[in-house]
Amino acid sequence: MFFVQHLINGLSLGSLYALIAIGYTMVYGILRLINFAHGDLFMLGAYLGLYLLTWTGMPWWLVFIIAALMTGVFGILLEKAAYAPLRHEPRIMVLISAIGASFFLENLAILIFGGKPQAFTVPAFLDKNIKLDSLNFNVVQIVIPVVTIVLLIILAFLINKTKMGMAMRALATDYDAASLMGIDVNKVISFTFFIGTVLAGFGGVLYASRYPQLMPLMGMMPGNKCFIAAVIGGIGNLTGAVIGGLILGMSEILIVGLFPTLNDYRDGFAFILLILILTFKPTGIFGSTVKEKV
Amino acid sequence: MFLEINDLHVHYGGIKAVRGITMDIREKQIVTLIGANGAGKSSTLRAIMGMEAKAKGQVIFKGEDISNLPAREIVKRKVAMSPEGRHIFPELTVRENLILGAYTIKDKDKIEKGIKLAYELFPILGERSWQKAGTLSGGEQQMLAVARALMIEPELLILDEPSLGLAPIIVQDIFNIIRQLHDMGNTILLIEQNAKKALSVADYAYVLESGVITLEGPGQELLENPQVRKAYLGE
Repeated sequence: MFFVQHLINGLSLGSLYALIAIGYTMVYGILRLINFAHGDLFMLGAYLGLYLLTWTGMPWWLVFIIAALMTGVFGILLEKAAYAPLRHEPRIMVLISAIGASFFLENLAILIFGGKPQAFTVPAFLDKNIKLDSLNFNVVQIVIPVVTIVLLIILAFLINKTKMGMAMRALATDYDAASLMGIDVNKVISFTFFIGTVLAGFGGVLYASRYPQLMPLMGMMPGNKCFIAAVIGGIGNLTGAVIGGLILGMSEILIVGLFPTLNDYRDGFAFILLILILTFKPTGIFGSTVKEKV
Repeated sequence: MFLEINDLHVHYGGIKAVRGITMDIREKQIVTLIGANGAGKSSTLRAIMGMEAKAKGQVIFKGEDISNLPAREIVKRKVAMSPEGRHIFPELTVRENLILGAYTIKDKDKIEKGIKLAYELFPILGERSWQKAGTLSGGEQQMLAVARALMIEPELLILDEPSLGLAPIIVQDIFNIIRQLHDMGNTILLIEQNAKKALSVADYAYVLESGVITLEGPGQELLENPQVRKAYLGE
């Protein structure tokens, strides 16, 4: 029972990490860019959720969907403003622009939302507590993995079965060849940002339903951790991002569960894992180097 | 004129890779551009396809100035290129590679017809339809690159070094296919290091040396030209 409890906790945290990690890995796969502002878009998703819940009478699930889609639009805008103008510049410049975009969004959030933490009004349904034997969890902890699975199925369909998905995969391996096919590179990049950021938006509202305290800097730590999750799985690889997220969430919960005295170090654990992975398998679990045939 | 290239210049920073090329390509002909490594062949092609900025000059396709169009617009005008080094998508299946070749075509039936045609032309690709393209041999990958370019039923097909790095017997296969495409009425611009083979299939040929055209004429004529024989055919 002790183990099942931790399994539930770990699965729900891991699913959240997975949702956010996918955005990192998708953008990296196409642009070879670590979008450092990704965690801040996640924060934006949470705030959008809060304001939509407060200001409109829409049902919570509709709010979550709209908040996520709106976050996706901000993802497109971010790419157009901070990354597209640097398309032909050295990669390091884009990376610096990403760091700048992150600071910009964080400070803009402080300006608009205020620096004080705000309480997320968790929908009553998600907040309901369930007790089974010695198990104790909230409905949201079941909803998170379920929503994640649904989103992953949609994502898999999008990437494997649609023309846009095929164009994304083509662009990820070969820019020149993709444009020779007549693919509109900018459109595909925008779409990639949209999808990745929508998932971060869902991550934001779901995270807020589980940990209902919103702060402008709330995206930093989950952002870093999910970047690590993407690296663990092999950056650029979608399955890797999901597995990496689950491993990270699960091990974080298990370590704290087994050794409660380590609770204060839980945030540091991800970074230890990052060091280990970079030391022993720098390409991550699913990462590989592509060989060219002569 | 079908495709006209007027005084084309391509620069990379301070390096002038192409320095004033003028070429004409007539419909239903094979025109070849031969030259040594670094002569500017690929730069010329990339500039035609809108993938390289032109320092100067024009590209006119069927009377329309396409000099400043991006690659995707040029592809829409039915100009297709099979790039040097094949550049197939290794993680995608053979079939997906072909579908991407038809990216600008909306009609699903037409795409299916194109795939069927490709498999008739290259039966080996049909057998490997569901295999990842990266698992194909070099020759098969080259065939896939050509088949992929054919998916839009191009009015002009540009082949950049289709025989590069292939075994002699496969090279022969590739040239047989080029002949076959020519007989089917395709217009082909062929870039080759293998000058002998290229000249023997070409209706007309240009010789490129450090960014300028030094010689031109019908393929057979150049094949017998002592200068060409000495420089490119190793005699």
